[in-house]
Amino acid sequence: MTKFSISELDTVLYHRPESLEDYPFHFCPGCGHGIVFRLIAEIVDELNIKERAVCVACVGCSVNSYHYFNFDGLESAHGRAPAVATAIKRCHPHLVPFTYQGDGDLAAIGTAEIVHACARGENITTIFVNNAVYGMTGGQMAPTTLVGMYSTSTPGGRKPSLSGYPIRVCEMLSTLDGTAYVARVSVHNPAAVRKTKQAIKLAFRTQLANLGMSLVEVLSPCPVNWRLEPVKALEWLVKHMLPQYPLGEFKVIEAVAALKKGDRLCTKK
Amino acid sequence: MVVAQRPNLAYVIIDTERCKGCRLCISVCPKKIIGLASHINQMGYTPAVVIEEKAHECTGCTACAIMCPDTVISVYRCDRVPSKPAS
Amino acid sequence: MSKKTLMAGNIAIAEGAILAGCQAYFGYPITPQNEILEHMSKRMPEEGRVFVQTESELAAINMVYGAAAAGCRAMTSTSSPGFSLEQEGISYMSGAELPGVIVNVMRGGPGLGNIGGAQGDYFQSAKGGGHGDYRVINLAPASVQEMMDLTMLAFELADKYRNPVVVLADGFLGQAMEPVVMREPVTELPSKPWAITGALGRAKNIINSFEMDPVNFPPRVKLLLRKFKKMRRNEVRYEGLNLGDASLVIVAYGSASRSALTAMKMARQEGIPVGLLRPITLFPFPYEALSNLAQRINDFLVAELSSGQFIEDVKLAVGLDKRVALVNQYGGVPLLAEEILEAIEKMIKQPVGG
Repeated sequence: MTKFSISELDTVLYHRPESLEDYPFHFCPGCGHGIVFRLIAEIVDELNIKERAVCVACVGCSVNSYHYFNFDGLESAHGRAPAVATAIKRCHPHLVPFTYQGDGDLAAIGTAEIVHACARGENITTIFVNNAVYGMTGGQMAPTTLVGMYSTSTPGGRKPSLSGYPIRVCEMLSTLDGTAYVARVSVHNPAAVRKTKQAIKLAFRTQLANLGMSLVEVLSPCPVNWRLEPVKALEWLVKHMLPQYPLGEFKVIEAVAALKKGDRLCTKK
Repeated sequence: MVVAQRPNLAYVIIDTERCKGCRLCISVCPKKIIGLASHINQMGYTPAVVIEEKAHECTGCTACAIMCPDTVISVYRCDRVPSKPAS
Repeated sequence: MSKKTLMAGNIAIAEGAILAGCQAYFGYPITPQNEILEHMSKRMPEEGRVFVQTESELAAINMVYGAAAAGCRAMTSTSSPGFSLEQEGISYMSGAELPGVIVNVMRGGPGLGNIGGAQGDYFQSAKGGGHGDYRVINLAPASVQEMMDLTMLAFELADKYRNPVVVLADGFLGQAMEPVVMREPVTELPSKPWAITGALGRAKNIINSFEMDPVNFPPRVKLLLRKFKKMRRNEVRYEGLNLGDASLVIVAYGSASRSALTAMKMARQEGIPVGLLRPITLFPFPYEALSNLAQRINDFLVAELSSGQFIEDVKLAVGLDKRVALVNQYGGVPLLAEEILEAIEKMIKQPVGG
């Protein structure tokens, strides 16, 4: 097989973003976290905020997130990332803290923190990855586990009579006046991933323009705990999660809409 | 890194030692030019590779790279100036 | 004589924090320390500093964690039930080597208890109420002046050891008003190159306490243990009164030590040579000072506003062959000097070994 070298003249259409350390992810094959991490790093590059970005990690599969980015980062106790980020932003308003949280971290133990960060209209960004299970601990029911969905703590499927109903976080938080931008997106195919990137980028720009709280919920596959092959997991996501968690923008205040108009003009990739 | 034969439009490079064989790239490639390797990598996964005979069909759409959860795929567009293949 | 201002204990804590250069305060309402929150809500914005009334003590301690990680002097104040909620956050701060001040104005417990002053959080506070191998310096004021001074000292020690420090007061001291000498504001704050300030012109900083690999975690804990050893060696503080000729020593801290002071004077008027040893640091505990006294003194009377928690450390210090009696109240009820005097009289009447 003939080999050929990459010619320096060739244009790079896609490569690892600078803000991502050259360090392999520990996630399971086909896990959505890896995609979302990469998008965040691309956005930090594109918005040129590497010296200001702060990754406020949660406890869950993404607990090591600060190792993957090559800008400042810190760990926060389970569910408390919005409080930690609030303090960082208020102490250093020039920084761009974002919390990276899973559904257990944000919608279970951390519900009060996210609700009040939104109610206070904190100028921070939250990336909320919803894969409907507790991944790191082995696949237990999460607040976003679907009715009838198997998990290691809902044998025979989640029964509302025993474990209640899944929480639609975006709809809930968009009722709080402090939120400036709330959107739900997904990574089930390349087009959806592009929309995810647009939403996250707009969320960061909302923070940069000091417009208040921005939150993006990303529906993401957890192949190992869904007990599905990665490709099948995406199909399952489309079939079962999209109906429960409709995609779209649930809160876009006027000023953010103005950003969006400008955004549409210069969106390349 | 094994690189396919130089196509005329674009090409994809997969870091097969870091690929976890999740096959998302294979499923989203519009031209179906990515397949499974015949070997197992150091992590014990069967990595994805560009299928030799179909490599020239790559349009550089970057769908594979966008879907890759491990950032192991880079995509390049060949420019008009033909560059000498390495001997 | 420097000018004195009449001030409540809670206000003295708040002003002490401001004088110490506290850049961020996060609090939640809970009696008997609401005045700290209220005072800070007015004064911190006045000083151009950060103030947030939080949704819970969980959020408050984690905001202290965030502000400390950002390199700022940060504080929260609460009372016993809230202090319980903050234990996890305090453990995280110690694990991540973050400085910060936590004020606990104790009240009657357990449970919802009542709002009277008490010392029932002694074990939780002095021994470390959160998870894992960590300790926290505990400073116990016994006057409104000390509420200010020890809060300022707390910030200094927190930065010195990059570890949280607790100011352990109680509801009586919080509400009491006494004349206070206003201290000079701290102008020079230590530099914190490790802090989260944005990776501008430097490699990234990471603040965490998580280490998956069991081989790598113990060395981190070892570093912390070395710090606590240094605290034991360098930071013990206590006050000794009339110990020279004492045949009986009262051991008490905080509010209880004030009643003990009066009881000591009353006993001396009756010709009973009584001394008082008042620990100011509950960790590190003044074991050595007490064990030295125990070489020549047999009788120790422990006065506390709890059900026999503080006494354990006194027994540890003086040994089991000494007489260590307890006079106490708990559940938010004050301990009166007369009660302590009565216990003194009873104790000296009993023959040793009786």
